[in-house]
Amino acid sequence: MRKLALSDEILLSIDKPSRYTGGEYNSYNKPWDSVTLHAAFCFPDVYEIATANLGMQIIYEQFNRRPDALCDRVYSPWLDLDKIMRERKIPLFAVESQQKVRDFDLLLITLQYEMCYTNVLGILDLSGIPLHASDRTEEDPIVIGGGTCTYNPEPMADFFDVFYMGESETQYDRVMDILIAAKNNGQRRITTLEQLAEVPGLYVPQFYEARYHEDGTLASFTPVNPHGKTRIRKEIVADMSADLPYPKHPIVPFTRGMMDRATLEVMRGCIRGCRFCQAGMIYRPVRNRSLEFLKKTAVEMLESSGYEEINLSSLSTSDYSEFAELLDFLLPYCEEHKINIGIPSLRIDAFSLDVMDKIQDIKKTSLTFAPEAGSQRLRDVINKGLTEEEILEGARQAFTGGWNKVKLYFMLGQPLETEEDVKAIPVLADKIARVYYETVPKEQRQGKVSIQSSTSFFVTKPFTPFQWAPMCREEEFTEKAMLVKETFREQLNRKSLVYHYHAENQTELEGLFARGDRRVGRAIEEAYRRGCIYDAWGEYLKYDVWLEVLNDLGLSFEFYNFRERPIDELFPWDFIDIGVTKEFLAREWQRAKEGKVTPNCREQCSGCGARCFGGGVCFEGQN
Amino acid sequence: MKVRIKFSKQGSLRFIGHLDVMRYFQKLNRRAALDLTYTKGFSPHQEMSFAAPLGLGLTSDGEYADIEFESLPGSSEELVKRMNEVSVPELQVIDAVLLPDQAKNAMSILAGADYELSFREGYEPEDPEGFFKALEDYLSRETIPVTKNTKTGTQDVDLKVQIREWRRLPGNRLFFKVDTGSRSNLKPEFIMECFYESLGREYDPLTFEVNRTEMYGEIDRKLVPLYAYGRRF
Ligand code: SF4
Ligand code: SF4
Repeated sequence: MRKLALSDEILLSIDKPSRYTGGEYNSYNKPWDSVTLHAAFCFPDVYEIATANLGMQIIYEQFNRRPDALCDRVYSPWLDLDKIMRERKIPLFAVESQQKVRDFDLLLITLQYEMCYTNVLGILDLSGIPLHASDRTEEDPIVIGGGTCTYNPEPMADFFDVFYMGESETQYDRVMDILIAAKNNGQRRITTLEQLAEVPGLYVPQFYEARYHEDGTLASFTPVNPHGKTRIRKEIVADMSADLPYPKHPIVPFTRGMMDRATLEVMRGCIRGCRFCQAGMIYRPVRNRSLEFLKKTAVEMLESSGYEEINLSSLSTSDYSEFAELLDFLLPYCEEHKINIGIPSLRIDAFSLDVMDKIQDIKKTSLTFAPEAGSQRLRDVINKGLTEEEILEGARQAFTGGWNKVKLYFMLGQPLETEEDVKAIPVLADKIARVYYETVPKEQRQGKVSIQSSTSFFVTKPFTPFQWAPMCREEEFTEKAMLVKETFREQLNRKSLVYHYHAENQTELEGLFARGDRRVGRAIEEAYRRGCIYDAWGEYLKYDVWLEVLNDLGLSFEFYNFRERPIDELFPWDFIDIGVTKEFLAREWQRAKEGKVTPNCREQCSGCGARCFGGGVCFEGQN
Repeated sequence: MKVRIKFSKQGSLRFIGHLDVMRYFQKLNRRAALDLTYTKGFSPHQEMSFAAPLGLGLTSDGEYADIEFESLPGSSEELVKRMNEVSVPELQVIDAVLLPDQAKNAMSILAGADYELSFREGYEPEDPEGFFKALEDYLSRETIPVTKNTKTGTQDVDLKVQIREWRRLPGNRLFFKVDTGSRSNLKPEFIMECFYESLGREYDPLTFEVNRTEMYGEIDRKLVPLYAYGRRF
């Protein structure tokens, strides 16, 4: 029987102890002594959130399928256990082997959202690993960061030995080879880091130096170790039909997680360059998985896990080239086996309404549109290729098809937004309600139509055409939300319209981390030392502490968030090469100002630069 | 067709709550590709019920679930094997029997259960002989009236009536056969708590590791193991 790291006394006194005891079905549980290389993969949040992450499952598979390595899992202990572990000085452990994190050779930490940064420090601290990469010794694991936020790793640069830029499938085998050889030779840590620095896509922050101008902007960013590459190009899988690691036998958590279902990734990237959207740029170009792979994998995942639901995941699933064929296969299979299909990110058109009609069966849940902006003008500015006619027509078809609940998602505070654009949000919602009353005859109406609109606040992200744009201040956000609220009251169908907005002061911090530089790291460390953790969980965010820290360290939102950055400013993330060029982004920023729409990759290539990877949509129809 | 399965829940699975065990079985049954009866209606689910939830922290070798099948997968032995192939080592199916058509479900007939208690590491009594002598004295009383906290208030009960059997086992362990179910329910930890109180000592709920070993229904005032209500197939 596995020996647990925590005593029964502790486990029985905390919430959901099974978060920490492992042993889930389909987990590998490799014996510790059966392999040379011990890797621990950490998602720095609570178990239920972490287990939903597909990237983690892919890496877990990639490592464990090798006979000479094992990959275990680490999560942030929830606050109840966090407190106990600090009080009693219990070191953090991985859930399968229950071994101390510090005993592993490699600690992989995924950064999926900026607000997890203090949790990362919590993980290192509880593990007894020095927070600063430069303070680590031969006894410490090599700490590698990956995930979406690494596209601007600089705020976290001090805390990581290495960042892996891009998709894990291409280089981790090489990383494992290097680490195994290093372990066998008893090689020194610095030599290993130098070897890793030469692997494509890998970035070793301590081999670089950042210099700043007097006004605080970045003056230069250069390698100070000959092994550091000047530019780091992101890694991607150009050919998605290769034999790639995939969680065909996914771990089935005992407790209900965020994702109680199998995840089938149909493609990577997105053809639609919405100008606010980082994912749309950093994952370029779009690459489909093959239909055959998807069919086979769907069945294998469902049979091996027993999940009652499968989720077709991607940034924009409707754009998958063989979507209809995939559904022709999945719909009957899932009906026969009583399995639900979840398809987030569907564009609303006749085809997807038909699909939803089939997968939602009798109960028509609400329909979701994400126009992101209320006015056509602003939708053109942000390049949301969605016209008002398309939205209203989609709604009309949905109402005819029996739906009477619509959810609308908007963003407030996008660059170049005017008062008119803000007021257009309620007007659009009202127009949709009018469509309902026009299309559905009185005798067929089942209750009132319900149009729910929510707004979130825009955060400027690196590697988007808006990376130069200023962000709104908290007061401006609030004013805008108030204006939306007031305008809703003036609408004809106001009784059918509901409006939500989240007053989050997270937004400003998110902006700071997203476009911050190495100096922001000091604030993260100091905030952590003053007790900040689980910032992503609104109710635990200690915003006042953060403000104090920024003030004490002389860092300001003015500099990082509120100014429009000159077009030739050197950004902290410019040394990363995502394929998409800075020139293209600048062109898009200019077109945004002119209100010009740019066609999507399938309509017309705009020469963004991502063609350099030699695959995907850029080469479609050319062979 | 209703099949009653008996299963164990050991090791780190003692930290999995009852709801999660139910969810676990829904998926296990799918993995084993069993031909089960599903409820009609919008979101069909398997027709399955459990005899009694096991408290968090307890282990068991005698859990029961009743599952409704459309068709049986070969013999009892084959079913057990098929389920265990797709289960974790700490939860294993021990037995499967086919119930008569009119059989009531395990939960409603549940009347008794067996438990084994062993001292958790670090909680052993200094003087085991003295401990067991005192326990013997306590449990040999004519009546053992105690007051129990219930959801609605308090209730006076006689432990003597609810304990059907007890004995000391080798290795300073204890065996209890007690009332369990909706009519009369007694948890072995509660016996120990009352005993410690009678000695004027405080009871630490972590003192014992508790393993449930069997569950029973009752026919003619005799306890009958739940598996004996059906037959192997
Ligand atoms: S459709 Fe737009 S917002 Fe959605 S992923 Fe693609 S680029 Fe981003
Ligand atoms: S190179 Fe052209 S087709 Fe390829 S991702 Fe860029 S815009 Fe799209």
